[in-house]
Amino acid sequence: MDWIASLQATLPELVLSVGALALMLVAAWGGQGSTRAVSWTAVAVLLGAGIALAGPASYAGVVFDGLYRADAFAAFSKVLIYVAAAVSIVIAPRFFARGDGDSLHPEYPVLILLSAAGMGMMVSAGDLLTLYVGLELQSLAAYVLASFMRRDQRSAEAGLKYFVLGALASGVLLYGISLVYGFSGTTLFTDIAKSYAHIIPGQHHFGLTFGLVFVFAGLAFKMSAVPFHMWTPDVYEGAPTPVTTFFASAPKVAAVALGVRVAIEAMGPAIGEWRQIVIFASLASIIFGAVAAIGQKNVKRLLAYSSINNVGFLLVGLAAGTQEGVSSVLIYLTIYVAMTLGGFLIVLQMRDADGNPVETIDSLSGMSETRPGLAAAMAVFMFSLAGIPPLLGFFAKLAVFQAAVSAGLYPLAVVGFVASVIGAYYYLRIVKVMYFDNPAPAFQRSNALVEYGLITLLALFISPVGWFALKPLGIATMAAAKALF
Amino acid sequence: MIGLTHYLVVAAILFGMGVLGLIANRKNLIIMLMSIELILLAVNLNFVAFSAYLHDLVGQVFAMFVLTVAAGEAAIGLAILVIYFRGRGTIAVDDANRMKG
Repeated sequence: MDWIASLQATLPELVLSVGALALMLVAAWGGQGSTRAVSWTAVAVLLGAGIALAGPASYAGVVFDGLYRADAFAAFSKVLIYVAAAVSIVIAPRFFARGDGDSLHPEYPVLILLSAAGMGMMVSAGDLLTLYVGLELQSLAAYVLASFMRRDQRSAEAGLKYFVLGALASGVLLYGISLVYGFSGTTLFTDIAKSYAHIIPGQHHFGLTFGLVFVFAGLAFKMSAVPFHMWTPDVYEGAPTPVTTFFASAPKVAAVALGVRVAIEAMGPAIGEWRQIVIFASLASIIFGAVAAIGQKNVKRLLAYSSINNVGFLLVGLAAGTQEGVSSVLIYLTIYVAMTLGGFLIVLQMRDADGNPVETIDSLSGMSETRPGLAAAMAVFMFSLAGIPPLLGFFAKLAVFQAAVSAGLYPLAVVGFVASVIGAYYYLRIVKVMYFDNPAPAFQRSNALVEYGLITLLALFISPVGWFALKPLGIATMAAAKALF
Repeated sequence: MIGLTHYLVVAAILFGMGVLGLIANRKNLIIMLMSIELILLAVNLNFVAFSAYLHDLVGQVFAMFVLTVAAGEAAIGLAILVIYFRGRGTIAVDDANRMKG
C-alpha cells in the first residue's frame, strides 16, 4: 500500500484535522463575532468527513504499514461519532446564549472537531501507538470542553476531576501497553494476537496477562464501566449540558468500539482471559448503574448512571466475542446514541421562567400538562431506555442478549435481564413524575426549531416507525463486524 | 549486572508511587499533577528498557510520543487548575466537593 493510497484511506481524519486547524485560525482572528460562522462551518466539516467515509476510508483495509485500519467497522463507528458531534455543536449556541456570563466561544466547535478526529483515530487504530495518540487527542480536547464555562465553579470542578481521573486512566492503559509491547515485542495488533496465540493453554504467561488486565482497566475507565466509573456522575453533572450530551454519546461510541477492536483483533486468542474481566465489568455496571440511579434528584446525574448501566449491556455483546456479538454491540450503540441524544436534548429545554437552566427531576413534574409534546418525547426515550417492547431500546437489549446466549453465556444473559428490570424503575419514575404529579412551574417556551426537529426525528426513530430501520441496521452491522474476523 | 528485571521493578515501584500519590493524597492538587507525571515517566522507563532489551526501536519512538503528550497534558492540567483556583481560591483536594460523590 503506497503513501498516496494510505492518505486517501485516512481522508476523514485529514478533513477533520485540516478543518479544525483552519477554523482555529478563523476563531483567533475573528474573535467572539465568528462563533456562529465557525459553528456552522464545523458542522459542514463533519458532513464532509462523513462523505469522505464513502471513499477508500471504508474499504481500503490496512494502511500505513498496519498502523491504521480503514474498514467497515471503523466507518460505521465514525458515522455515529460524527452525527453525535454535529448534534453537540448545533445545540450549543442556544444553551450558552442564556447562561449568565459565560458565552459560547468559537473554540467550542473547534475542540469538538479535534476530539472527533481523535475518536476517528481510536476506532481505526491498528497499532498501540495509533490507539494511544487517538485516545489522548480525544481526551485532551474533552478535558477542556468539560471546564468550558470558566466562571462556573461546577464546570471547573468537573474539568478538574475529569482531567485527574482521565490522566490516571491513560497512565494505567499506557503501563499495560508497555507490558504488552515488552512481552510480545511488537505494537501491531495482528502481531500481538500471534503472541497471545502462542501462549500454551494452562501455562500462565505473566507479563502478557498483566498487560492485558491493565489495558482493559484503562479502556473500562474511558467507557466508564464499573469499577472505573466514579468520574462519570460528577463530570456529567458539572459540565455544560451540550458538552455532557457529547460525552454521553460520541466518546462512548469511540471507547466501546476501540475496546471491541482491541479485544477481538489484538487479544482475540486470549478470549478466556478477557472474557472474565468483561463479564465482571458488564454485570457490575448493569447492577450498579441501576441501583445507584434510584436516589438521584438531578436529571443529568441520573442520565450519567443510565449511561453506566448501558455500557454494561454493551459489554454483554462484547463478552460473546463472536461476529454476532460485535454486530449486536454496534446495533446497541446506534440505538443508545439516538436515545441519549434525545434525552439530553430534552434536558436542554428545561429552563425556568427567567431562562436559567434547571436540572432537578422535581421540575419535570406535571410536564404532560404544561408541555405535552416534550413530555411525550421524554416518555418515549425513557420507555426505550428501560427496554419496553414496542420501542427500539428493547431490540437493542434483545440483540446483545441473543448474542450472549448463542455464545453459551446463559448466566450472564439471565442476570443481565433481571438487572434490567431494576433499571426500569428509575426510568419509569420520570414518566410517573411527568404524567401523574401536580404541575411544577412550566418551562420557558422557546422557538428552537432545530432542537424540536431533532427531538421529533429521534423520537420517531426510537418509536415503532424505527422498525423499518432495523433490517438495514442488522445488515450494516453484520458487514461491519465481519471486518474484525 | 543490571538487567531488564531491575528496570522493570524500578518502573513498577515508580508507577505504584504515582498511583498512590493520586489516590492517597488529600491535600494538594499540584501533587496530583506531579503524580501523573511520575506515572508517565515510569511507563517511559518501561518502554526504553524493553526497547534496549529487544533491540527494537518502536519502544523508543513510543517513549517520545508519551513525552510529547505528557507535555500537552501538563499544560491542560495546569490551565484547568488555574480556572479552578480562580473560582474557589483553594487547590485542596478535599474542597473539590461542589457535587456530591
